[in-house]
Amino acid sequence: MREVAVIGCGMTKFGELWKKSLRDIFVEAALKAIDDAGVDRISSMYVGSMTPGLFVGQEHVGALMADYLGTPQIPAVRVESACCSGGMAFRLGLFEVASGHSDVVLVGGVEKMTDGADVTYALATAADQEYEVYHGVTFPGLYAMIARAHMHKYGTTRQQLAMVSVKNHHNGALNPNAQFRGEVTVDQVIKATMVADPLTVLDSSPVSDGAACVLLASMDIAKKVNKPAVKVIGTGAATDTLALHAREDITTLGSVKQSAEAAYKMAGLKPSDIDLAEVHDCFSIAEICIIEELGFVDKGKGGLFTEQGHTSLTGKIPVNPSGGLKSKGHPVGATGVAQVVEVVEQLRGEAEKRQVKNAKIGLTQNMGGSGASSVVHIFTNA
Amino acid sequence: MPSPRYHREMPQRYRLEAAKCSGCGRVAFPPRMVCNCGSRDFKGEKVSDYGKILTFTTIRVAPKDFETEVPYSVAIVESDNGVRVTTQVVDCKPNELEIGKKVKFVFRKLYTEGHTGIICYGYKAILI
Ligand SMILES: [Zn+2]
Repeated sequence: MREVAVIGCGMTKFGELWKKSLRDIFVEAALKAIDDAGVDRISSMYVGSMTPGLFVGQEHVGALMADYLGTPQIPAVRVESACCSGGMAFRLGLFEVASGHSDVVLVGGVEKMTDGADVTYALATAADQEYEVYHGVTFPGLYAMIARAHMHKYGTTRQQLAMVSVKNHHNGALNPNAQFRGEVTVDQVIKATMVADPLTVLDSSPVSDGAACVLLASMDIAKKVNKPAVKVIGTGAATDTLALHAREDITTLGSVKQSAEAAYKMAGLKPSDIDLAEVHDCFSIAEICIIEELGFVDKGKGGLFTEQGHTSLTGKIPVNPSGGLKSKGHPVGATGVAQVVEVVEQLRGEAEKRQVKNAKIGLTQNMGGSGASSVVHIFTNA
Repeated sequence: MPSPRYHREMPQRYRLEAAKCSGCGRVAFPPRMVCNCGSRDFKGEKVSDYGKILTFTTIRVAPKDFETEVPYSVAIVESDNGVRVTTQVVDCKPNELEIGKKVKFVFRKLYTEGHTGIICYGYKAILI
């Protein structure tokens, strides 16, 4: 397989974009990515979107987006893997360029969640409808059960969970595209409205609209475009049981561990080589489990590691410099691609106030459901 | 939900019917066609009526069908023969739940589908 680089990226602001439609936000992000790279054509397109059918009653969004992007003839397909639809779309686009089949591929992610659909129901379709959702459990409920088990087994504290949100809001306040640009305190997080004990609304990522797009290209094209190339040097994906209850250990996200191991192996790197990571903090506990599975810290020590400030912008391994899903927003299908946008900006040195110093190697981790699917990518500017 | 879909799950929801893998002895709930060990040979088995709480939460923001029930407790329970399920824990206050506490499965109503839909039944757990 040949080398592949990200040559352009763009995203909309995340938030409640009531004046813009699903197709509007996708095309806005796509045009930004195309202009960023300065290319005049794309060969094909992958669109990550979890459930446009439930959110806005629209399926067949691959063709729809190709149409409204003014490229109605190209192959275009939607990719779905719940909240990691965007990351999985990126992986397929990567393979299409790496295989030599195409030279420039657009990978986008999009979700329009605030048009009035029953969001709790739509998101719950990522869990087991017959054996989880039937019994009244919600996504906050599933992650709350992971949190409770993690606290019981490892002594992770309520305060440590809150510190994830505090850190991500701090970073998001520096990100002009973030949905929530205000700082929060540990006390505010703990005392916020309870959603599913022990998690409050401030442990949870918000309901958002948004889109993000990147262009992937072969190295000979990457050398000729506007911006310095950011190479993709590792990819890994894995699945786990759809139902949380079927896992050997409730506190272990096996798909995250396996997808990370595959990506590290391909890149020839280890966790300590990573300079920054964008991870899937759909709930505060998720970030704690993920940094453990990614190998940044030993299993069970993620809470303490966060409390010690190692994941802050100036810490040992900055995690979610963008503000993460918590503060930047979580338009589910767009998230995995938006993570790539952040890492590319960081590796180009374009991240302004949230720039991680001397960033050379970045990692993205995007996850579906309660961890039933995960995808990891590793990037370098070298 | 459409009645064929509801009807198919009744053996599990009403009678906790499971299947034991002849290859590795693991009890699958719901029954499945292939075990992770590779075996396709299963024998009928029932989920034990008793188990313990592995983890739990209290749902305070519920899906539409459960909106009138909040707050309610949901737990992951492991049965005495090793089957894990997600289930409501009822007839107790949320603060009475603890990891490790023993429970028994009981047959209960889960919810009613809107005003004209079917009444959906299944297992819940009670503390013992
Ligand atoms: Zn078996």
